[in-house]
Amino acid sequence: MKITQGTFSFLPDLTDKEITAQIQYALDQGWAVSVEYTDDPHPRNYFWEMWGNPMFDLKDAAGALTEVLAARKAHPSNYIRVMAFDATLGFETTRLSFIVNRPKDEPGYGLVRQEVDGRNIRYTIESYAAKAPEGRRYT
Amino acid sequence: MGSPADRYKSGVMPYAKMGYWDADYEPKDTDVIAVFRITPQDGVDEIEAAAAVAGESSTATWTVVWTDRLTACDLYRAKAYRVDPVPGNPGQFFSYIAYDLALFEEGSIANLTASIIGNVFGFKPLKALRLEDMRIPVAYLKTFQGPPTGIVVERERLDKFGRPLLGATTKPKLGLSGKNYGRVVYEALKGGLDFVKDDENINSQPFMHWRDRYLFCMEAVAKASAATGEVKGHYLNVTAGTMEDMYERADFAKQLGSAIIMIDLVIGYTAIQSMSKWARRNDMVLHLHRAGHGTYTRQKSHGVSFRVIAKWMRMAGVDHIHAGTIVGKLEGDPNVIKGIYSICRDSFTKKNLEQGVFFDQDWAGLRKVMPVASGGIHAGQMHQLITYLGEDVVLQFGGGTIGHPQGIQAGATANRVALEVMIKARNEGRDIWNEGPQILAEAAKWCSPLNAALQTWKDVTFDYTSTDTADFVPTATAS
Repeated sequence: MKITQGTFSFLPDLTDKEITAQIQYALDQGWAVSVEYTDDPHPRNYFWEMWGNPMFDLKDAAGALTEVLAARKAHPSNYIRVMAFDATLGFETTRLSFIVNRPKDEPGYGLVRQEVDGRNIRYTIESYAAKAPEGRRYT
Repeated sequence: MGSPADRYKSGVMPYAKMGYWDADYEPKDTDVIAVFRITPQDGVDEIEAAAAVAGESSTATWTVVWTDRLTACDLYRAKAYRVDPVPGNPGQFFSYIAYDLALFEEGSIANLTASIIGNVFGFKPLKALRLEDMRIPVAYLKTFQGPPTGIVVERERLDKFGRPLLGATTKPKLGLSGKNYGRVVYEALKGGLDFVKDDENINSQPFMHWRDRYLFCMEAVAKASAATGEVKGHYLNVTAGTMEDMYERADFAKQLGSAIIMIDLVIGYTAIQSMSKWARRNDMVLHLHRAGHGTYTRQKSHGVSFRVIAKWMRMAGVDHIHAGTIVGKLEGDPNVIKGIYSICRDSFTKKNLEQGVFFDQDWAGLRKVMPVASGGIHAGQMHQLITYLGEDVVLQFGGGTIGHPQGIQAGATANRVALEVMIKARNEGRDIWNEGPQILAEAAKWCSPLNAALQTWKDVTFDYTSTDTADFVPTATAS
């Protein structure tokens, strides 16, 4: 399977040139770009590891791409995403978030059904990969 | 006016003379202001008609009463202070009326509306009356909770940014069993939609009781989430005959892990505010279907404009509201719809007469409502939808998903690919309004579901003249 979190996951993987164009769009809006990575792709894992702080004063997309490439080199089999933050009043939140690296093999998730009272079921989503300890997944 | 003794002499007196018309009145920052479209009966002067509306929507009755003299009555009298002819509509007037804050109970849409649209709409000296817009003072707004979640927090919870959200309403509306219904939900979510939705009249009928629907839908949501790695949702409609039933349904939705519930506008303002408080307490996104609004919002001569309903609903506190598509099957003039979207999404909405917005409106930090575009839209219109409606919107393709020739999953995938490819192109600086069809055609070369969607619905448009349009057109000004 292919996990489809992020803004462009239904498209073919973005090339470095296409990634640069999206970063440039974010910078043009006045947003700060950052890079994050993880080997725990649970849909509610909100806090991926930060590849440094958001690049608040960066103006040139090429600089941000350098960080993407460095993160890829350090974590080639992890999920890596580019995020853009907007500090404008009324937003003060993420405005764009897209995956720029993913493991070659994505085993996906199991759905655990705990059958409780009546016909109720409590659902838990478990990433098969994340059953191994952190750092030893997707090897 | 003369002496108080003359003013309060028993009998009938024109409203304008009773203190409901004041051409020199300057509205205070704390006043509620309403602008009405009035159509006086033949022979009724427009200023007297405006004063009558001010009187009947505040403290007046048809005759002088001495008990006014026991009150600080001037404070309670709404003041009509301006009457303008409606451009291009002889016999109609825009009448501006200001109400002191003391007229209203804090945090109650029911109380606000009982004044503003209470008896006055049946008042005989008027042929017709329409509430066009309102300016709500910050002081009054701060007594309302507003949306329980809001656009920003909803996106953070869903972890979805940078593009409109995608939804669909399960079809057919009636007759599916819970199990068959859940099948549609699963297929659409797995194929790429973020949300599926109950229709407004899906409650608990003989063919599908509500508990059955909830159980099968949440199985579908959980399974689709596991299949994609995304947060997914189904708007479970909790609309029912009593508040007790609605709370019971909402509690069950929460127990099953649903991220979102739904209500219909027809449950009434107080019920909406109650469900909003429930949603805030229970971390639930609250979707509002505007069932019934067309009975009083569509015709321009009489009723309440939808931009006012949108304001009330932002105050009452809903997270989603159906607000028009422009290109789809339901009523929607582009300018009027843009005005309504501004009311839902702005931190500060600027006066814009071309879009039907009569006042600046400071939203005082009230959270933003996600507009929902639903009804007769399809993937081939993606460039138009994004251009008109922007990014913070739920695009709902019901027929455009479920009616896809290759199946529901393929229909959902076609919509998601069309959306992502169009956002990507826009961000790259392409002119999607003009290049949109070409951008879709390029993607259809590698995405066969999109190709099939484009072939199936290529010529479908709903090009009818709008009924609810703005009255002001731009005129060239010397620079």
